Amino acid sequence: MAASIVFALFTIMVVFFNYYSIENQFWFPELASNWGDMDTATLMTLIISGIVFVVLSLFICYCLIRFRHRENSKAEYQIGNNKVEGWLIALTTIGVIALLAPGLMVYSQLINEPEDSLRIEAIGEQWTWSFRLPGADNTFGKTNPKHFGIKNSFGLDPDDKYAQDDILIQSSTLHLPVNQPIALSLRSKDVLHDFYVPQFRVKMDLVPGQLTNLWFEPTVEGEYEILCAEYCGLQHTYMRGLVVVESEEKYKQWLSEQIIFANTSLNLPPDADKQEIVSGEMLSIRLGCTACHSIDGSNGIGPSWKGVAGEERTLSNGEKVIADHYYLEESIVSPNSKVLQDYPPIMPSYGLSHEELDQIVEYIETLNETNE
Amino acid sequence: MQDAELNQTFYEGQTIHHPKSWLTKYVFSQDHKTVAIQYFSLSLLTGVVGVILSMVMRLQLGFPGLFDISPDTYYQSITMHGMIMVIYLLTAILLGGFGNFLIPLMLGARDMAFPFVNMMSVHFYALSVILLFASYLVPGGPTGAGWTLYPPQVLLPGTPGYDWGIVMMILSVAVFIIAFTMGGLNYVTTVLQSRARGMTLMRMPLVIWCIFLATVIGLLAFPALLVAGIMLLLDRLIGSSFFMPDIFQFGQHVTNVFGTEYEGGSPLLFQHLFWFFGHPEVYIVALPMFGIVSELISCHARKNIFGYKMMVWALIAITAVSFIVWAHHMFVAGMNPVLGFFFATTTLIIAIPTAIKVYNWVLTLWKADIHMTVPMYYAVGFIFTFIIGGLGGLFLGNVSVDVELSDTYFVVGHFHVVMGISPILALCGGVHHWFPLITGRTMNNFLGKIHFWGTFAGAYLIYIPMHYLGLGGVLRRYYDFKGLAYVSDSLHDMNVFITLASIVVGLIQFLFLFNIVWSYFKGKKVEKNPWKATTLEWQTTTMPPGHGNWPNKLPTVHRGPYDYSVPGASEDYIPQNVPLEAETEGGSSHE
Repeated sequence: MAASIVFALFTIMVVFFNYYSIENQFWFPELASNWGDMDTATLMTLIISGIVFVVLSLFICYCLIRFRHRENSKAEYQIGNNKVEGWLIALTTIGVIALLAPGLMVYSQLINEPEDSLRIEAIGEQWTWSFRLPGADNTFGKTNPKHFGIKNSFGLDPDDKYAQDDILIQSSTLHLPVNQPIALSLRSKDVLHDFYVPQFRVKMDLVPGQLTNLWFEPTVEGEYEILCAEYCGLQHTYMRGLVVVESEEKYKQWLSEQIIFANTSLNLPPDADKQEIVSGEMLSIRLGCTACHSIDGSNGIGPSWKGVAGEERTLSNGEKVIADHYYLEESIVSPNSKVLQDYPPIMPSYGLSHEELDQIVEYIETLNETNE
Repeated sequence: MQDAELNQTFYEGQTIHHPKSWLTKYVFSQDHKTVAIQYFSLSLLTGVVGVILSMVMRLQLGFPGLFDISPDTYYQSITMHGMIMVIYLLTAILLGGFGNFLIPLMLGARDMAFPFVNMMSVHFYALSVILLFASYLVPGGPTGAGWTLYPPQVLLPGTPGYDWGIVMMILSVAVFIIAFTMGGLNYVTTVLQSRARGMTLMRMPLVIWCIFLATVIGLLAFPALLVAGIMLLLDRLIGSSFFMPDIFQFGQHVTNVFGTEYEGGSPLLFQHLFWFFGHPEVYIVALPMFGIVSELISCHARKNIFGYKMMVWALIAITAVSFIVWAHHMFVAGMNPVLGFFFATTTLIIAIPTAIKVYNWVLTLWKADIHMTVPMYYAVGFIFTFIIGGLGGLFLGNVSVDVELSDTYFVVGHFHVVMGISPILALCGGVHHWFPLITGRTMNNFLGKIHFWGTFAGAYLIYIPMHYLGLGGVLRRYYDFKGLAYVSDSLHDMNVFITLASIVVGLIQFLFLFNIVWSYFKGKKVEKNPWKATTLEWQTTTMPPGHGNWPNKLPTVHRGPYDYSVPGASEDYIPQNVPLEAETEGGSSHE
C-alpha cells in the first residue's frame, strides 16, 4: 500500500521535473535555424510517451493497491484474452505510426538539401576546425589525403584548375549569411568528429576517408558555438569553433578578406624567395598546437605557451629545466622525453623541418615579449 | 538403479560422477549449479569494479578538477565501465549465471548437455576477466576509446591505450566470446534436447524461453564482434587497412607498424560490424531480464502470466527483428542517409512486441493476489523503469528526433535506464527469488528493501534529469562543461546533484553484496519451495538440489508453467509435475 503510493509519487515527480527543466533551461536551446520541425517531432514524442508513462504507471499503482494480498484473497484464474491483446496491439501500432510518420517526413527534408544552398566544406582535425568555399567558379577543387601536408592543410590538388580559387578559412570561426540555406560537406583529416551547433539542431559525423553532408538555414543573427559531438580523443571536449550568422553585406565583407588557394605558399613558383612565408603563428594553427597549448596563459591539456620560454620549469621526475630554445625544440621533436610536472605525457611527436621548428620556437618566444 | 561405487550413481542408464576433492567440487566442477555460482560470483566482483569506475567519472563531472582525474583516466574509466557492465557483468551473469542455474532445473534435466564444455566456459570467462584487468598493467594502460572502440582513433595517439591497451581489450573480448560460445551451445542444446517428459516448448517457463532466445541472438551476434575485433587487431599488428583510411594526424601521415601509410579502409565498416553485434547485445541482456521478471510477477502475484503464448511469440518477434535495427545507432554516423528510413521503421516496429510484453505484465497484476515480497518489489520496480526506458527508445529510434538527441545525455540516460537500472532490478529480484533454492536460506528482507528503494530512486534521480540535459543539447563523453555558452547555468548544480545521487546509489549496491554474504551464513532457513512456486526447480526432493538434481526418477511434466490460483484446487498453485487428474477438476494446461 505504502509502496504503491511511493511509486505513484515518483511518477508524479517525473511530470513535475518536466516543468523544473523548462525553468532551468534543461530544454531545447534557443532555435536559430529552420529545423523547428525537429523540435515539434521531439515534443510530440515527449507528450505521447509522457501520457503513456503516466497512465501505465498509475494503473500499476492502482493494481498494487486494489489487488494486494489480503486474508483469503485469491487471484482470478485467467490465461489471457486475445481480444484485449488485439486491441492493445492495434492501439500501439497506431501510436507508433503517429510518431514515425512525422519523424520520417522531417527526415526526408533533412536529407534533401535545397538547390540554392550555399556550399561550404567543414574540415575537422584533432582538435580544431577549418573551412573551405568553392570560390568564384562555384566548384570545389579536388582533394586527396595524399596531398595533406603542413603547407597544404586542406589536402588540395595543386594541379587542379578548380582548386585555385577555393577560399580557405584556416580558422575555427565561420561566418554565414542569415536566411540562406547552407549545405555543408564534412571531411575529417584524422579521426571521427561530429559537426554540431546546438541552436541549429542538426549534427553529422565527419568520417576520415569519406564525405558526409548536412544542411540548415540559419534564421537568427548571432554567434553560436560549434561543438564536436563524436568522441575524438583526449581533447574532444575542447574542440570548438564559432559560427557567426550575420547580414549578407557583412558576410560578403568577411568573405572578401579570406585568402584563396592560389595565393597560399604552396603555389608560389619554386624559385620564389624561400623566406619564412608560413609564419610560426600560422604553422602552429595549422598543426593544431593551439588546441592544447593556449597562447594567453590559460591552462589547457598542455602548458600554455605564454611566458614559458626561458623560464625554469619542473619536470615530472622532479628535475628542474630551463625552457630554452633547445628544450622547446626537443619538446616538439620528442615530446615525452622531458614532460613538465602535472601534465600527461600524451603529445605526439612532430616531424618538422629545421626551419619549421625554428619558426614555431621563435613564435613561442615572441609570446614572452608581449607579456611584458 | 544401483550404487556401484561411493562416488558414482546410475540414473536410468546415465552415470554421474560425484566430485571428490575441494578442487573438483569448487573449481573444476562440471555441475551446472556450481558453474552458475562461479559465473555469479566472478561477474558480481567484476561489476564492483564497474561501479567504482562510474564513480570516478561522476566525480570528475560533478567536481571538475577537484579530484585530479586526468582526461586519460576519465576516458579509460568510461571505456572500461561500459565494457565491464555490458559484457563482463550483464551478459555473464544473466546467461552464465541465471542460464546455467535455471535451465537444467526448470526443464527437469540432470545437468547441461555438455558439462565439461560448461566448465571450460566459466574458466575461459575467468581468463577473459584477467586479460581485461591486465590491460591496466601494459604501457599506456587500458584503451580509452569508449566501449564502442571506434577506429581510427582507437589505434591513434591522442587516445589512451592506443598501442597496447586496445590489443589487450580485443584479446579479452575474443576469449569472452569463446567462453560465451561454449556456454551458449550448451544452453541451446540443453533446451532443445534435455527437457523432461511432457515439457513441451510451449510449457517451458518464460525465463527459459528468454534465455534460450537470448543465447541464439548471442551465438549469431557475437561472431560479428569477434570478426571486427580480429580485423582491428590486424590493422594494429600486421598493417592491414580494414578500418584505417589515409590519415593525416598531428602534421604527419599516419603509418602502420611497418612504416607504410594506412590506405583505403572504412571506419564505417567497423561501426556496422560493431552495432550488428551491439544492438542484439541489448536484447541478449533484455530478454533474460524479461524472463526473470515474468517468473517473479506470476509467482508473487499468484496468477497465470497474461497471454503466455503471446509472450512467447512477442519474444520470437523481438529476436528476429533485433537483427535488422542496428543502424539506428548510426543515424548521424555518415552512412547512406536513405538507410535512415529503413532502420527507423524497423526500430519502431520492435517497440510493438516489446510493448505487448509490458502490457501483459501489467495485465497479470489485474485481479491478481499480489504479495509484496522483496522479489515482487524488484519485479514491479523493473516494470516502471522499463516503461521509461522503452519510451525513451521511441525518441532515439525515430530518425529525425535522434539527429537532435544523439551523442547527448539523453542517450546516456536512456541506456542506463534500459541497461543499467532495469537489469539490476531484474537480477537482484531474481537473486532474492532463487536464493533459497541455492542456499536453503532466504535473503534479508530489510536490507533487500533498502537496496531496492535506493536503486529504484536512483533510476529517477540520476537518469530522468539526464534525459532533460540531453534535450538541452548537453553532450556525452565531455570531460567538463566549462566555457560553454549554450548550456544552462544550472548545469553545474545538476551535475553535482547527479554525482551525489549516483555515489549513494553506487554504495547501496554494496548492501546487496553484503546481503548475499550475510544471508549465506545467517539467513533464515526455509522449507522446500518457500514461494509456493509451480515451476520444476522448486520440486526437487531436497533443497538445495543435490548433484544430478533429481536423485531418483526425472520428473514428468503435465501442465503449463504458471498454474496459480486454479479454481477448485486445494492450494493456490499446482506444480508442473502434478498430474492433471490428481489435483484439479478443471483442466488447466496451456496445451
